[in-house]
Amino acid sequence: MDLPEGPEFSSANEGDALRLVLCGRWTVDASAAIETRAEALLAESRKARQVVFDLGRIVRLDTAGAWLIGRTRQTLSAEGIEARLESVRPEFEILLREANYHTLAMPARGGGSYLLRILADTGETVVSAGADLYRGVGFLGEVVAAIAKSLVNPSHFRATPLVFHLESIAFRGTPIIALINFVSGAILAQQGIFQLRRFGATVFVINLIGILILRDLGVLLTAIMVAGRSGSAITAELGSMKLQEEIDALMVMGLRPADILIVPRILALIISLPILTFIADMAGLFGGLLVSWAYEGITPVRFLTGLQTAVGFHTFFAGIIKAPFMALVIGLIACVEGLAVAGSAESLGRHVTSSVVKSIFMIIVIDGLFAMFFAGIRY
Amino acid sequence: MAAGEAIVRVRGLDVDFGGTAVLHGLDLDVYRGEVLGCVGGSGTGKSVLTRAILGLVRKRSGTVEVFGRNVDHLVQGERAAIERRIGVMFQQGALFSGLTVKQNVEVPMREHLRLSPRLSDELAMLKIELAGLDPGAAGKYPSELSGGMTKRAALARALALDPELLFLDEPTSGLDPIGAADFDDLIATLQRTLGLTVFMVTHDLDSLSSICDRVAALADKKVIAAGPISAMLASDHPWLRAYFHGKRAHRIQVLPGISAGADGPPEAGAGGLPAQM
Repeated sequence: MDLPEGPEFSSANEGDALRLVLCGRWTVDASAAIETRAEALLAESRKARQVVFDLGRIVRLDTAGAWLIGRTRQTLSAEGIEARLESVRPEFEILLREANYHTLAMPARGGGSYLLRILADTGETVVSAGADLYRGVGFLGEVVAAIAKSLVNPSHFRATPLVFHLESIAFRGTPIIALINFVSGAILAQQGIFQLRRFGATVFVINLIGILILRDLGVLLTAIMVAGRSGSAITAELGSMKLQEEIDALMVMGLRPADILIVPRILALIISLPILTFIADMAGLFGGLLVSWAYEGITPVRFLTGLQTAVGFHTFFAGIIKAPFMALVIGLIACVEGLAVAGSAESLGRHVTSSVVKSIFMIIVIDGLFAMFFAGIRY
Repeated sequence: MAAGEAIVRVRGLDVDFGGTAVLHGLDLDVYRGEVLGCVGGSGTGKSVLTRAILGLVRKRSGTVEVFGRNVDHLVQGERAAIERRIGVMFQQGALFSGLTVKQNVEVPMREHLRLSPRLSDELAMLKIELAGLDPGAAGKYPSELSGGMTKRAALARALALDPELLFLDEPTSGLDPIGAADFDDLIATLQRTLGLTVFMVTHDLDSLSSICDRVAALADKKVIAAGPISAMLASDHPWLRAYFHGKRAHRIQVLPGISAGADGPPEAGAGGLPAQM
């Protein structure tokens, strides 16, 4: 077929009327061309008092073409120029009728000034932070009640999901957590040795590593890793269950999502995090031991003897006691965020991100609170 | 009308999932300007057939030609050009959940065309109106829509680029009978207005009898029969008899014209259509 590509028209004077013969394909695939031709058509028509649009040579017409022809006619008639259509094929007639130009109600765009929006956003954030705290506390109550109920009535306790989550959080998380702690222990030892060499006090690297890893670094790194690894997974799981109405399905079956979904996950986190922290501590110390041996010739036996004098049980305990609290916060935030997912995939992504960010923030806050507490009681 | 050029031509299509054949040796033609209804029991591969034609599932063998081009031999640019001429409405709508209805309709226009914001706004709203949605729904997000509105929004998006070929996967499922009838009318109007070719997977016997020019029945992993609904009603195939003469099919029997056509061989033969196995 030898179609003239794209929308075209030719004009000829016919008495006091202008005859515009439209030809080619007045379709939307012409993209910008269809609009520029429609503009030209309008400009050309303005030269006359009376215009005839001859559609006889149009090869293809779609809604965009029909819409633009209608729009041109309407604009002309508003300017007092009469535009008639001629030789319209029957199938085009339906199209021109269905896609006739008329004003459309557009959905309102978000208006308001920029400054006002910033203020409104700030206010909204503050209010939602307050609501988060409120929901978090309410949620904590619900979880504690659910745990207490299963203590009173152990037959209600769901062991299988607990074991499943223990496996995915603790067992499968062990390698990566041991690895990063091993590496950071090694780095810490190396940097410590470089600084302490200037004072000829390299042997104190044992104290440095022992105290830093056991009190703070082991639990902190582990909790951050768990927040990123398991907290995000929990939020995503619960969020997508929410989107698929699975949580609603549980509720109408008379099952409480807190019992079935939340308690096993939070308990698994509370059990896993101390175990992982212990593993992390050992891996970190082992990394420090190897580096001290390699850089300073401190033999493992000397390192371990030094460690015994440098740290006591309380050093280790000051670290590990934080783990369950951090786990609880990770679990609560992950579950609250997961259940807050609504509507769209975008919302799921947003809540997973904020779950991880809030968890890590709260982990560091808890670490700080414990540091102040231990300083206060001189532990 | 039906005797025209085949827009979609499927020959010897084999699709299997994990070693189990879902479709085997399937032949199908969709002619320009017709509404073809695809029927079949649950799990007979109607949706798989649609997805195989669209290239969303891998086929093991066979050829699929769309607009006369074998889809396996297309380079990237040609494939995109062909896909622009196809509109698809998925069963669950598959609207982008992070965008409003209007933005959903504008996605294909924005990606494929360079239109002024004014025209793009107007065309999007026009499509939304054509699909029978209230303009107030244009600013809503998919999660705020009812089932019927989701279907209409999905149809509006499928129509965004004025496609020549439209795939509808169960367009009326989940709609009340009035809504479903409206939707059928809508599809028929659009089909006439825009000169669409429609491939429609459906279970709705009313849709089949009211708007489909031809029906293709899927069973035993292939198209067991294709032809006007009158031919389906007249067929002796046990599955077709069960489907079209079952309890729920009694309604269309009483429709005047259809039941008369059922035993009128001239009409059944007039299609001159293949695959009358």
